[in-house]
Amino acid sequence: MLGYYLNLALRSLKRTPILTGLMVLATGLGIGASMTMLTVLHVMTDDPLPGRSAQLYTPHLDPLPLEYKLRDDSPNPTDDLTWPDAMALLKAHRGVRQAAMAGGSLLLWPGRSDLRPFYVNGRYATADFFALFGVPFERGGGWSAADDAAAAQVVVLTETLARKLFGTGNAVGQTVRLGEHDFRVIGVAAHWVPKPLFYADQTGTQYSDADLFFLPLSAAVSQKLQVSGNRSGWAKGDETALTSANMSWLQFWAQLDTPAQIAAYRQYLVDYSAQQKALGRFQRPPTNAKLYSLMGWLAHENLVPNDVRLQLWLALGFLFVCMVNIVALLLAKFLRRSGEISVRRALGARRRDIFVQLGIESALIGVAGGALGVAIAQLGLWSIRQRPDDYARLAQMDASMLLGTLMFAVVASVLAGLLPAWRACRVPPALQLKAM
Amino acid sequence: MEIRPILTSLRKHRIPAALIVLEIALACAVLCNAVFMIGQRVADIHWPNAIDEQGISVVTVNGADPKLAVSDIPRNLVALRGIAGATAVAAATSMPLDHNGALSDFTATPNGKTTVNTSIYFLGSGGEQALGLHLLEGRFFNAEEYADSGSKDFNSTGHVVLITQSDAQRLWPGQSALGKTLYTNDTGWTVIGVVADVLAQDPRFSGPGGRYSSVFFPLHPDGVMGDYVLRSAPQDRARVVREAAQLLGKLESGAVVDGTTYADMRTDYFADTSSMVWMLVLVCVVMLAVTAFGIVGLTSFWVGQRRQQIGIRRAVGASRGHIMQYFQTENFLLSAAGVVLGTALADGINLYLMRYYEITRMPWYYLPVSAVALWAIGQLAVLGPALRAAAVPPVVATRSA
Repeated sequence: MLGYYLNLALRSLKRTPILTGLMVLATGLGIGASMTMLTVLHVMTDDPLPGRSAQLYTPHLDPLPLEYKLRDDSPNPTDDLTWPDAMALLKAHRGVRQAAMAGGSLLLWPGRSDLRPFYVNGRYATADFFALFGVPFERGGGWSAADDAAAAQVVVLTETLARKLFGTGNAVGQTVRLGEHDFRVIGVAAHWVPKPLFYADQTGTQYSDADLFFLPLSAAVSQKLQVSGNRSGWAKGDETALTSANMSWLQFWAQLDTPAQIAAYRQYLVDYSAQQKALGRFQRPPTNAKLYSLMGWLAHENLVPNDVRLQLWLALGFLFVCMVNIVALLLAKFLRRSGEISVRRALGARRRDIFVQLGIESALIGVAGGALGVAIAQLGLWSIRQRPDDYARLAQMDASMLLGTLMFAVVASVLAGLLPAWRACRVPPALQLKAM
Repeated sequence: MEIRPILTSLRKHRIPAALIVLEIALACAVLCNAVFMIGQRVADIHWPNAIDEQGISVVTVNGADPKLAVSDIPRNLVALRGIAGATAVAAATSMPLDHNGALSDFTATPNGKTTVNTSIYFLGSGGEQALGLHLLEGRFFNAEEYADSGSKDFNSTGHVVLITQSDAQRLWPGQSALGKTLYTNDTGWTVIGVVADVLAQDPRFSGPGGRYSSVFFPLHPDGVMGDYVLRSAPQDRARVVREAAQLLGKLESGAVVDGTTYADMRTDYFADTSSMVWMLVLVCVVMLAVTAFGIVGLTSFWVGQRRQQIGIRRAVGASRGHIMQYFQTENFLLSAAGVVLGTALADGINLYLMRYYEITRMPWYYLPVSAVALWAIGQLAVLGPALRAAAVPPVVATRSA
């Protein structure tokens, strides 16, 4: 029966090519626009480290004085940690692994005549950074806690930067001049760019940035290397000293494997805050200390720009308009065939049969519209990739989104076909037959 | 034109009529808000900026040795002045719209509190002329003030400051700002001049209050200055910036040198805004087209269904004009209902968006304008089917359907 209905639907659609074309076009446009924006939202809220993200947590303390007022137009200082707090959390070693980090942008002197000096973005971090996030290495490895303590001038390059500087040769053991200082290359990391760069400071462009080098945080602080990202100070005087207790600029991540560890870490943060409050350094309630999971932190940071959300709403609104349109066109189409439907009914077809037949016809429009929608969405994503926004280059559709698009289109068009099909199968056959 | 028969006929076709009304209402709601967003963004792109945007070029030097700045910057400036067509040259720390916000809090009283992010600009000698600042009150810096002004942790060690008109009115409403003292914590600077509004380095980050909150300090040659500002006639700027970048590339061989005209810098800052505007325009156009096609489709179906009725009317004396008028009035009534529903919906969506996004209240005139636009689209869409209806010959009435 299904094959027969499919055949009928094809014939009926072929009979009114313009109307069919309009319906397919409307479905395609609505689905295409919505799927473009849904894909953008999907890639922007994706898990940056699948498999590992569930164990990663970031602690946050509130060292602000009581009179400090948070402002809408300025970053929240408690999003980052101060140097003394980060070092205390590191020393306490309450997580399975933990690392403190900050972003840096340094002028790199290639020491080759054919390359001019250029700026590179990288990360200042403590030794556990690589094991904590599972950074894959091509050669060599990271540094040790002893290197951290000694503020050793060592650096890990990513494979792209190593290749740019040293060609295909072995970069490990070479020296790189960053800023004013020489660093010895001890490892080359494979291409590893979490999207978004969840561990970076929230003021950066987290979808397009990538770290090209990693070096010990202690070396960066002792050599006073340039720190990129936000630095929020709340006391007069030593505002610009990196080791100040009144300026937050560091990010901190810890690996916690079990619920017990997570609970213990939460308690530890509150205890630490209480202790600092007793010492007179913290003024606010110790319960202000927070522990975010990776996905929780991304949700808290709300990285998706309002423009993207607005565009999604707009696209869905557009899809709705298209769907109402299709309801109207299908209604016109089905009711025009009242005579044919009445003949079928008179010959013994039940209302349910008519309903299924017309439903299949709308589903067919959905399939065609979905295929067109996939093409339009690809075009839309291509145009987004040409845009200057920092998330633009991520806009790609994966297999699941592709399949989802088709499903979405079929479901939407079947829903759109419900009312017209219901209306058409309630046509009184006798009345129509008499007029024929 | 008698409306009652139209209403009676619509009552018999409730579902199609409701669908057209719904379609127009939705289109009206989405359209109003989309056009409003387009308007807001276009206004953003055209934020005025009281510097000589058309004549300025900027060459940025990164990575020069800061210890040699005292001698290198004057040397570079002398070399840049030699470029044909460059009428003014100066060094500066940053430019409006260059994305590199250097922000601080400034108040009218010592240790006061403010909710405004103020952009700090340090200008080298001649910077006012090179930027083309527009002086409204007071005077620019003199040579002595340039000589004894330094910068420590991005705070001026000098004693004078130029402020913008917006800040002057915000900090000292109803008074002249000249001679007043501007404070950061307990450090003060005397206001010697007020200039027309200059944009912040990153106005979107600074927020509406900080958009035109900019202060200018004088600065003797210093390592924090990375921008060389050149002013020329607009037609010379492309050549001037090219030559300047080449010259500085030779003089500062170890540094990264980037030259751009200010016009390009501005386009670059608003690039994502203008791409959003084009996207919104595209959606609006396509949506209007889809709505129009929907109306055409439904009305055609109606005309087809009523061929006999039209034939009877023609047979008993209705002219083609009467038939045309019938369908156009019918569409007008449906559009009117759609627009009433749509404006209410548009207003609701605007109120919702205001709560969750940075969107202001939609001005009232958006509603009548979009109502007229949709009404016109509806009339245009119904024209074809109405003409076809009018072409139905009266003889159809005598045949059975």
